[in-house]
Amino acid sequence: MLKQKLKKEHLGLLFDKLKVTHGVLGPKVENGVVTLAEIDAHDIPSGYEDHQQPGGYRLIKGERPEIFSFSIGPDSFKRFLQPPLREVFAFRRAAGISITRPGAEQRPLAFIDMRPCDLSALKLYDRIFLRGPVRDPYYDSLRRDSLVFVLNCLYPNDNCFCPSMGTGPEATDGFDVALTELSDSFLLEAGTAKGETVLAGLPAGEVDDSDMREKGARIELCRKRIKKFIRAGELPGLIYRNVEHPRWAEIAERDLECGNCTQLCPTCFCNSTYDALGLSGISKKSYQVSGRRMRKWDSCFSKNFARVHGGNFRPSRRARYRQWMSHKLAYTMEQFGLPGCVGCGRCITWCPAGIDITKELEALKSAR
Amino acid sequence: MKRPWIGVFKFTSCDGCQLSVLNMEDELPDFVSLFQVAYFREAGDMPLRGRFDIALVEGSVSTGWQKAQIIEVRERTRHLVTIGACAAAGGLQALRNWADIEDYKRLVYPSPDMIETLPCSTPVSDHVYVDYELWGCPVNCDELSEMLGSFLLDRKPGIPAYSLCMECKRKGVPCLLVAKSEPCLGPVTRAGCGVLCPSMERPCYGCFGPKEGANIGSLLEAFRNAGFSSHECVLLLDKMNTYAFREAGTGEGRF
Ligand code: SF4
Ligand code: SF4
Ligand code: SF4
Ligand code: SF4
Repeated sequence: MLKQKLKKEHLGLLFDKLKVTHGVLGPKVENGVVTLAEIDAHDIPSGYEDHQQPGGYRLIKGERPEIFSFSIGPDSFKRFLQPPLREVFAFRRAAGISITRPGAEQRPLAFIDMRPCDLSALKLYDRIFLRGPVRDPYYDSLRRDSLVFVLNCLYPNDNCFCPSMGTGPEATDGFDVALTELSDSFLLEAGTAKGETVLAGLPAGEVDDSDMREKGARIELCRKRIKKFIRAGELPGLIYRNVEHPRWAEIAERDLECGNCTQLCPTCFCNSTYDALGLSGISKKSYQVSGRRMRKWDSCFSKNFARVHGGNFRPSRRARYRQWMSHKLAYTMEQFGLPGCVGCGRCITWCPAGIDITKELEALKSAR
Repeated sequence: MKRPWIGVFKFTSCDGCQLSVLNMEDELPDFVSLFQVAYFREAGDMPLRGRFDIALVEGSVSTGWQKAQIIEVRERTRHLVTIGACAAAGGLQALRNWADIEDYKRLVYPSPDMIETLPCSTPVSDHVYVDYELWGCPVNCDELSEMLGSFLLDRKPGIPAYSLCMECKRKGVPCLLVAKSEPCLGPVTRAGCGVLCPSMERPCYGCFGPKEGANIGSLLEAFRNAGFSSHECVLLLDKMNTYAFREAGTGEGRF
């Protein structure tokens, strides 16, 4: 596959080219946080460093010379490919029932700095929503013409643990183009024919062995900077053997059940559907009703989410936290053959109570 | 469809929630065509008589007269729905529940002897059976419309009991607590306001009361770790939902 270099000052040309056909999503600073938005090359917060800890995030202007000097923020592709709130269809019940589906309105998306951990999450989404028992037509329409530029990481944050999950800091497949930031240029490696097409026509520098060595060395350095690890080799057994471990009750005392972890986790995909139908949707003749069927992100932490007639099978906070962690670290692998946790650390950073999934797993290891 | 009789009642409150009913604006014509409005203190003088299919009750119970009045309302209606923080939690006026009412009276009124009031302001549910509670200070018009529509269609209202953080995340608002150490009550507060404050970079004040299973103790621990004193933490919770937050904290009105 095609490999070439792009001078750093030419990054804008890549954006210009992509913007003709795609909405280009990349990092941008908003309210002191790196978020994902439609951007131009000059929006990239070069030189910023993110300091993340359990329940804490700070962005500062630092000394790093790279353009991509920061790691991931709260948002991932999920916000765009499986939007937080959307209309499934509009309905009207009069004599019969009529249904109107919203048209595909938007341009395809190009993700300019998807990180390797998130790429693994995207693979899980594809597996579930495109190749699962039921194909999700909406996800399909948003995903089909999208372009994925994966950016190999140089600076992890303190909550990253991708090496444990085998998902990063380098991506090996599943992308259209892989970017690695070298000292004087970007190394671009196409992974698909679509990716090659995008690269064609950009001012290309030749790639030699020393560039590949530099790439290897930079990623190795990133690997050394990773601070968190989990015993992935002992999964799922470690969870299954410990369903009654007293640690679950201790976590429940700290857990706020706010749902932040699930909303930002790039592999969490739970939604609930409801009918938005206020007074204006009801006519005086009782058989005429109109409204919109909506779908929104939901969470196993909310009691109503898994409520069936008579209640929720997981009535306690302890049971609901255990469900979340077991789903991430055990069930998903068994069901789909892919990791349900990609080691991005978002659930650790954005948990207001600072609950750390790596520490909690480690605690299960200790004697009861 | 038979138009149900509706009454809108007021107890101790600022009338803001009744105004929210009138603020439904686009849906106000639907409201009056779908319901027969038989009693509405804020909207006009109507004598209290007959029976209601649904009563919307604003305000807390804070006088002896109101204790009798709320029972009368309950007896006249098939369904009773409270609207707002005062009715659901006792309101701002429930701050007196943690103080001596005689002190308050002397402090506020020139002739404290003229004031007839109970030592505590309490939620409607402390006095009569409540079918549904709409939280908020004031209530959200969309939730009001959803609740009234659901009543007509005989379905359960799709009104969340989960945290404000869920809405915050859907909107993509960066977390103030994590990124700025602001004392945001979002993790223990019911969603419903549409993220008014965090969208404006202000921490949540808890207008919609405690979410289901609010873990107040753990959030206060997070606040203390962010440098707030225990006293400051209690002040954060002591607003229009003080009674409900303190109860959710320990079940006893104390931390
Ligand atoms: S683990 Fe943390 S982020 Fe997740 S629900 Fe519990 S308190 Fe919220
Ligand atoms: S469980 Fe946490 S670390 Fe794992 S993928 Fe989800 S947010 Fe990232
Ligand atoms: S978890 Fe790994 S791949 Fe993801 S941002 Fe951190 S270092 Fe990069
Ligand atoms: S800003 Fe407040 S409401 Fe929003 S996620 Fe953070 S704690 Fe929750």
